[in-house]
Amino acid sequence: MPNITFLNPDGSRQTFDIAEGVSVMQGAVANGVGGIVGECGGNAMCATCHVYVDGSQVASFPPMSANEDALLDGTANDRKPNSRLSCQILVTEAVGGLVVELPERQI
Amino acid sequence: MTQHGQLASSHPISSIDPFSPEFLADPYPFHHELREAGAVVWLERYSTWTVARYDDVHRTLNDWQTFCSNRGVGMSDFAKEKPWRPPSLVLEKDPPDHDRTRSVLNKVLSPAVMKTLRERFARAAEAKADELIEIGEFDAIVELAQGFPLSVFPDAVGMRKDGREHLLPYAGAVFNAFGPDNDLRRNAIERAAPHISWIAEQCQRQNLALDGLGAKIFAAADAGEIAMEEAPVLVRSLLSAGLDTTVNGFGAAIFCLGRFPDQWAKLHANPSLARAAFEEGIRFESPVQTFFRTTTKPVSLGGVQMDEGSKVLMLLASANRDPRKWENPDSYDIERRTSGHVGFGSGIHMCVGQLLARLEGEVMLSALASKVRSIEITGEPKRAFNNTLRGLESLPVAIKAK
Repeated sequence: MPNITFLNPDGSRQTFDIAEGVSVMQGAVANGVGGIVGECGGNAMCATCHVYVDGSQVASFPPMSANEDALLDGTANDRKPNSRLSCQILVTEAVGGLVVELPERQI
Repeated sequence: MTQHGQLASSHPISSIDPFSPEFLADPYPFHHELREAGAVVWLERYSTWTVARYDDVHRTLNDWQTFCSNRGVGMSDFAKEKPWRPPSLVLEKDPPDHDRTRSVLNKVLSPAVMKTLRERFARAAEAKADELIEIGEFDAIVELAQGFPLSVFPDAVGMRKDGREHLLPYAGAVFNAFGPDNDLRRNAIERAAPHISWIAEQCQRQNLALDGLGAKIFAAADAGEIAMEEAPVLVRSLLSAGLDTTVNGFGAAIFCLGRFPDQWAKLHANPSLARAAFEEGIRFESPVQTFFRTTTKPVSLGGVQMDEGSKVLMLLASANRDPRKWENPDSYDIERRTSGHVGFGSGIHMCVGQLLARLEGEVMLSALASKVRSIEITGEPKRAFNNTLRGLESLPVAIKAK
């Protein structure tokens, strides 16, 4: 299983093996990562699973939808060029080793 | 029926009526029975299918290609019966038509717009909390569950001051109309005429404030994103789905917090749990209990073959308490990870106003949490009966300030 690392705002890090086919958000929630809320359950409607993706990795992702783009304008913590909604990142072998930084706030 | 009679051995059949007074008063034993009966159960009373388990409800919600909405999301099949009102341009449409109108509402109710409403809503919540503490004993449905949304939502939409008393009866009729042709539905539609005409008026541009959410929908029509004649119908969606739902969401949260004093204590100690407490109330009570879909083709679910054109009743409330999905589903736990509950639906039709509902819930519960030490139910709660909505008509409570 691919592993994903979550960098918390306090500097701590958590790494989990997450099954292929679920989203990074779902993997985080299932593993109790507190910094990801995912209020809408993965429907790209709430912007509470905001993450900053390691810059070298974000470029290789499929482009975001117009909807995700619009939602990122309303995140609780400022949007950066490497901002993504983790419910829109599908866990595959290709994203194995991914490092995502969690914002201080999701709401 | 003959056809299904012949197939009797291949799928579970139930005589349960999910719209009977007994079911609406206490749905939980029936939910349990239907979940245990199978993934898909035939309701012989209405010749319709139902799904009661979380996975099947979630799958049905997320497969609009197979389980469509444009034949109505109530029991009535728009392909066979004339809808009682012109269909909604979002709720009762499928892509591609749906996406164009939905994207306008997405923008009008986006996280960015919520940021602009937050401060105003928070101030109103503080004032409401102070007012309630002053009264001490009150009906939590009238004063709080209705009182707070009524104090912020119509103004946020930009509605006229007069006639707002039509909002709740209109929404009540809309949600009753998703049910079968029973007394609840007939009475609601019979009495709906004055509410319908007021709502139609309120949806017109000249009756909407220039700085409200309603005006933003008309601005999208100006920009060519939707047709001008679609704008009032989209405003109607805000009016029908934006108030009664939050009223019942608040009713749910307060009813839960009154019945689970340890959870109130937790919230009082840590008001930042307010948003989660509201969300868990939505999972626990599921203010919107059900919706229907219609199959667009023959489909097999849980080993059961359903014909094209079959109505499928999704028991959202049952999914939200399915022990296959939730640990201790019948306990209200404000620290629970509720992500994935279907109280707001799921998929492309998931509640477009969910962020507004959560904002209202968060600021109001947070204001109460920090100021109120205890909340006690002081009399028998009285249930409000509706084919789709679960909530109370009255809930006498007493609160004690910090």
